[in-house]
Amino acid sequence: MSDTATARRLRFEIFRYNPEDEDSVPHTDVFELEETPFMTLYIALSQIREKQDPGLQFDFACRSAICGSCAMMVNGRPALACRTLTADLPESIQLYPLPTFKLIGDLSVDTGTWFREMAEKTEAWIHERLPFDPDATEERMSDDVAAAIYEGDRCIECGCCVASCGLANVDDTFLAGAGLNRVARFMMDPRDSRSDAEWFDIVAGDQGVFACIGMMACEDVCPKELPLLEVYAYLRRRTLGARFVAKSDRAV
Amino acid sequence: MTGRLVTTDVLIIGGGLAGERCAIEAAAAGHEAIILSLVPPRRSHSCAAQGGMQASLANCVKAAGDNPTVHFLDTVRGSDWGADQEVATIFAEEAPIAVRELAHFGVPWSRVRGGKNHYFIKGEEVDIDESLENDGLIGQRDFGGTAKWRACYAAAGTGHAALYAVDSEVVRLGITVRDRTEAVALIHDGSRCTGAVVRDLRNGSHFTVIAKATVIATGGYGRIYGQYTSNATINEGTGAAIALDTGVVPLGNMEAVQFHPTTLSPSGILVTEGCRGDGAYLLDKNGDRFMVELEPEKQELASRDVVSRHMQQRMRDGLGIDSPYGPHLWLDCRHLGEEHMRTKLLEVWDICRDFVGRNPAKDLIPVRPTQHYSMGGVRVNKDGQAYGLAGLFAVGEASCWDMHGFNRLGGNSLSETLVSGRIVGRRVAEYASGHALRADTGLAFAALADAERKAANWLARSGSGPNVYEIRDAMGETMMHKVGIFRNGDELQEAIAELGQLLDDCDNAVLRCKDPGVNPELAFALRLKGMLRLAMTVAKGALARTESRGAHYRSDYPLRNDKEWLSRTLVRWGAGDSEPTLSYEPTGIIDLPPGHRGYGSDERIEMTETLEKHNEDVLQEQTRHGRLASTEDMGSRLRRGAWKSATG
Ligand SMILES: Cc1cc2nc3c(=O)[nH]c(=O)nc-3n(C[C@H](O)[C@H](O)[C@H](O)COP(=O)(O)OP(=O)(O)OC[C@H]3O[C@@H](n4cnc5c(N)ncnc54)[C@H](O)[C@@H]3O)c2cc1C
Ligand code: FES
Repeated sequence: MSDTATARRLRFEIFRYNPEDEDSVPHTDVFELEETPFMTLYIALSQIREKQDPGLQFDFACRSAICGSCAMMVNGRPALACRTLTADLPESIQLYPLPTFKLIGDLSVDTGTWFREMAEKTEAWIHERLPFDPDATEERMSDDVAAAIYEGDRCIECGCCVASCGLANVDDTFLAGAGLNRVARFMMDPRDSRSDAEWFDIVAGDQGVFACIGMMACEDVCPKELPLLEVYAYLRRRTLGARFVAKSDRAV
Repeated sequence: MTGRLVTTDVLIIGGGLAGERCAIEAAAAGHEAIILSLVPPRRSHSCAAQGGMQASLANCVKAAGDNPTVHFLDTVRGSDWGADQEVATIFAEEAPIAVRELAHFGVPWSRVRGGKNHYFIKGEEVDIDESLENDGLIGQRDFGGTAKWRACYAAAGTGHAALYAVDSEVVRLGITVRDRTEAVALIHDGSRCTGAVVRDLRNGSHFTVIAKATVIATGGYGRIYGQYTSNATINEGTGAAIALDTGVVPLGNMEAVQFHPTTLSPSGILVTEGCRGDGAYLLDKNGDRFMVELEPEKQELASRDVVSRHMQQRMRDGLGIDSPYGPHLWLDCRHLGEEHMRTKLLEVWDICRDFVGRNPAKDLIPVRPTQHYSMGGVRVNKDGQAYGLAGLFAVGEASCWDMHGFNRLGGNSLSETLVSGRIVGRRVAEYASGHALRADTGLAFAALADAERKAANWLARSGSGPNVYEIRDAMGETMMHKVGIFRNGDELQEAIAELGQLLDDCDNAVLRCKDPGVNPELAFALRLKGMLRLAMTVAKGALARTESRGAHYRSDYPLRNDKEWLSRTLVRWGAGDSEPTLSYEPTGIIDLPPGHRGYGSDERIEMTETLEKHNEDVLQEQTRHGRLASTEDMGSRLRRGAWKSATG
């Protein structure tokens, strides 16, 4: 592909629908473009919008695979468009918006609302023991624990896992990969004071980890390569322990 | 009309670290706060900060002896004496609190590992025994322009971890966030700001928010440099632009623009300074580590302005590596090893793999300097209160609070967002407590009608006019090549003429998309004029400032001139004026006398006025230029002479 003499002509088939336009009906449009070296879908879509169809809707912000704005279905698979190199795709490229999330228009979907609701539902914040004391030295934490929490914190809430999840596609209350990973991140944080019984209520219901039917597309599509399989195993282990605790609580 | 007029106590325009931290403070004081953001707040550009956040915690061996005074010294030197020294003092003192507070909110800071640790320092492999006593405290890494290791970090995802933690606090407090909205105008009567007109980016409609206090926290505006920036596509400067539109609020030091030495060529995606902090080298096409010879003391870790200029000069001298996108240099991380790259610098590993298909443990990384940070912004006093309009505040990168002067040190910006978010948030809360909601709906609806008229005018214009994206690209070329790393009078004149032409073109530009609803072309067009006006203030300020200071480098005036230019540029754009008006105020009370930074050139034109004389007039002069009174007296937080013990 570095040889521009043999540059490919890419053919994009893009889903179109503008809910704000009464005359708009869902359909696809086709655009063609000459491939250039290191072309990403960010570069390609920007060119299409700026040179061919200025009404085309999509979302990019960081354009460096950090902010999670740009997930879409690329040839049937959820992916971050900004870091998808066209060189890794065939000449014919189909782009659709992520399912599960509310459509804003064309390739743009409302992930913000979904993730805020998930955060509220799982109370995804540190349930602290004491108020912050500005004069105190920080509490200690081993670097290994910090690194493990960071690993869970790396999720960029792009929604790829949610879109790939068979269950989330039919049940919009299911926490899906991103939600379960978020819960695990707080669960393993020694600063969070929630008890196992409290975690049990969040994780064990219909929306939680036991509802997962184990197809594991989520782990395959995660652009940050989060070890979701391990995350679910951790949640199951901790929750089963919690159920045991909850039962014996009741016994006394 | 329902929904078209919303009222609240505090309106925060911007959901990055600065805006959210400020909102938390206002909400914790019992006020209702609404945050507006172009994107879901966690996607704000704060999430892209990789390397670290400066605070003098002094937990590592190489950080030993660090304290707020040393941090203050580094910051003022880094600023090339352009900073307000009282603000720099407050900042350095409160940065450790801000870092620890983030730990309380949940940031998984990398921690000190007691015992033997393996580091690279100035290219040498070194083993250092970290004390067991400090095991588990928050660790620090090296960054440019600092005397001590001071950058606290969460791997190479510091901004991400910080933003997620702060946003989870926003969720906990139940603060309303309206994402996909954009403030397009401020509502004001010439002396008080009472809210903003907002465009709903989900459907293209407009509404107004009336508030007791309004805060601009819209981040940087690197996109006035077109593609030549490390900033996100959303960093288009609308916050600074709507402040400029008021005609009464000045922007400060707009010519102070930072270029980051290492962004990927050609995409401009940032490769953190943490790489060089951890020991990476810069190489030219001959494989020479040129920084060692040019800056023997700090080498690759001199301040960003100095490193960027050396790199640019290297490429001008034909020692760059040629590519279809112009020359670049190499960043060499190979000796740091795969394990280090995949843990402490994981984000860099990913970026190299995803965008240039390289493995930094084996391959060299193509880098070149591009626009990175906006030191200038909405000029505010130490409370964050904007000059000229009561009830308007600004915080974070959008503001000129002014602790960065003419060059920001790496890692000082994340700390600023949180330190100033806390402080300004408190002042905003006090203001909201002391003032009633002034629901002048006439003023609000007039501003709303004006915003709607602007959008309608764009849609109504037809025929064959210029295209908005071409104007944007032309602006970027002009800014990078004529208002960039090296500047001179002739090119700046040309830039001003070109920007003037682009402003005219903008008035005649024609949209090709007339779709109802979101209309991305219209949304961009509505920002374009503001971006061009910001670009013009940068170019004008740069032309007028006939000296070199920090990131502002004039080849035709290569010396720092403390005799004539120990001042801050203020720029206003009066209603109906065809160009902006510049004026100058003293930078602030000077405690640390101007001197050598410790890197870069040691030559300068000395100040002739005595410090006593200089300091006498600061309050009066700044007040004359629009500064509103701060809660505490000017200078009350300075720790006069404290630096003497740190330099001794
Ligand atoms: C790639 C990169 C790496 C960096 N790394 C570091 C680092 O390691 N250490 C460090 O200290 N600093 C770093 N910086 C700088 C630092 O990240 C930023 O200066 C800082 O995060 C800015 O925070 P903020 O809250 O002021 O703005 P932002 O985080 O940019 O937030 C701006 C907010 O305003 C909103 N907004 C903008 N305009 C409007 C409008 N008109 N209406 C409504 N909302 C609006 C946006 O949606 C967003 O929510 C880095 C910067 C970049 C570009
Ligand atoms: S644009 Fe930020 S992840 Fe793609």
